[in-house]
Amino acid sequence: MVKIEAIVQTSRLDAVKEALLEAGIEGMTILEARGHGRQKGHTEFYRGREYSVDLLPKNKIELVVKDEMKDKTISAILGAARSGRIGDGKIFISRVDDVIRIRNDERGEAAL
Amino acid sequence: MLRRTIKLLFLSALLAIPAVALAVAPDLKPSPPATQAQVAALQQAIRAAQTSGDNAWVLVSAALVLMMTAPGLVLFYGGLVRRKNILGTMMQSFAMMGLITVLWAVVGYSLAFGAGNGVIGGYEHAFLRGVSLAPNPNYGGTIPEQTFMIYQLMFAIITPALITGAFAERVKFSSMAVFLCLWSLVVYCPLAHMIWGVGGILNIAGGRWPVLDFAGGTVVHITSGVSALVCAIYLGKRVGYPQQNITPHSMVLSFIGAAMLWVGWFGFNAGSALGAGPLATSAFVNTQFAAAAAAITWVITEWLQNGKPTALGAISGAVAGLATITQASGFVQPMSALLIGAIAGVVCCFMVFRVKKFFGYDDSLDAFGVHGIGGTMGALLTGLLASGVINAVYGSDAAGNPLATGAIDGNWRQFLNQSIGAGLGWAFAIVGSLALLFLVDKTMGLRLSPADETQGLDLSQHGEEGYDLNS
Repeated sequence: MVKIEAIVQTSRLDAVKEALLEAGIEGMTILEARGHGRQKGHTEFYRGREYSVDLLPKNKIELVVKDEMKDKTISAILGAARSGRIGDGKIFISRVDDVIRIRNDERGEAAL
Repeated sequence: MLRRTIKLLFLSALLAIPAVALAVAPDLKPSPPATQAQVAALQQAIRAAQTSGDNAWVLVSAALVLMMTAPGLVLFYGGLVRRKNILGTMMQSFAMMGLITVLWAVVGYSLAFGAGNGVIGGYEHAFLRGVSLAPNPNYGGTIPEQTFMIYQLMFAIITPALITGAFAERVKFSSMAVFLCLWSLVVYCPLAHMIWGVGGILNIAGGRWPVLDFAGGTVVHITSGVSALVCAIYLGKRVGYPQQNITPHSMVLSFIGAAMLWVGWFGFNAGSALGAGPLATSAFVNTQFAAAAAAITWVITEWLQNGKPTALGAISGAVAGLATITQASGFVQPMSALLIGAIAGVVCCFMVFRVKKFFGYDDSLDAFGVHGIGGTMGALLTGLLASGVINAVYGSDAAGNPLATGAIDGNWRQFLNQSIGAGLGWAFAIVGSLALLFLVDKTMGLRLSPADETQGLDLSQHGEEGYDLNS
């Protein structure tokens, strides 16, 4: 089982969710995040003074999927989230030790 | 069925009108000549009618001015501070609503508007003794004196509330409350008495140096604005200022608050006519014109300098215009009000953008830059632009022409008087504030500890959170 964490532009969130549903993935956690990679922020004004805001709003999508689903999931995210500009985001992939369904104590891939 | 019923009701109403008219129609017989008693009764009725119009307007104005404090100032200041300080900031103004009301009733009104001497009133009206529902000819001859008293109370409330902008985010609630209550007795009451109280040395009617202050440019804005500067310097800068970016947490709240200030200001200025006549109209018109002109010129100044017009600039401009026109509102022509506003927008913008940075004081919400400077400008511009045509404060000559009022009429002496008034305002504000700051600081401690300041006013002073988005 793999954990896929994708940081995407907030404007792409709906497209990514739809793409994931179409790919057959139903479970996901979405967080509101702030951050930046190499993307510069923007400047704002307060009382005539310019200051830079470099923590930009992003969305983070966390999914845990079966190994077989990994490539399909990643393609779905890439297809929907890519705009070609700096700031599109990143995907991180890691292994997951175990998954447990709280409702009925199912474990492993059956809990996904 | 319903349509028929409605039509029936409508027809009945139409027929009822002539029936009622015939029933109450007067006899068409000729009446006997009016007697003394009838004339006296008519005069009584006329006075009552005039009082009801005047009283209605002044009471509404009192409500509008209170609205300027809450929610106007409360939102305006609240939005400009960081999220962790919003409740604390709002509580500072709200505390004034409670405390100053009681203080005013017990002793404040008497000190401001009692007879006393040239500088401060006496205690004859302590506990509002002698302040009845009958008009006081010195304070609005057609409205109950209690209307005048309650109207003036709203001014006494908002003046110290304005000062809280200077020491935002870094002062203890208890000490702030004590300081501002004492301030209102030591600085506000004397200035109110000198300029508006009977026998005051700056009173336009009979004072040693008659000062024109229609709604409180000197009494309210200079005193609060200059005191704000003194407080900001005495208390020192906020932790992290100016290296850290300290920005408003909700420009939305500030915008709404500023809009309420603008609308409420009609009560502040036009209500100061103490009646519903043409003078109130003058003040109303001047208020609107100055606010609009100042908003425009601040925005243009900012636009030229930074390339973008900000919302904060627009609302600050409007407030600067309103503060500046306050003193002049019932004395100048409408076009003068446009000019006054235009000047206010540019000057206050410059004060806040450049001068504050140059001197380095942390006047957190620009109480001095907008109210202190706006009020001072307004005091002086009134001396230049006051016109007898609008308000013949010095009476009229034999032919009925108003005597010269301001420099625009040829009376340059008025500019001198205005300067004296403004100077006394500055002097009382500086001396009074410094003395009280020392007193309260040495006994109670004014400034929050750095730990409390970092935690924020809401948690450290009130044990609450303004926004609990998780609840």
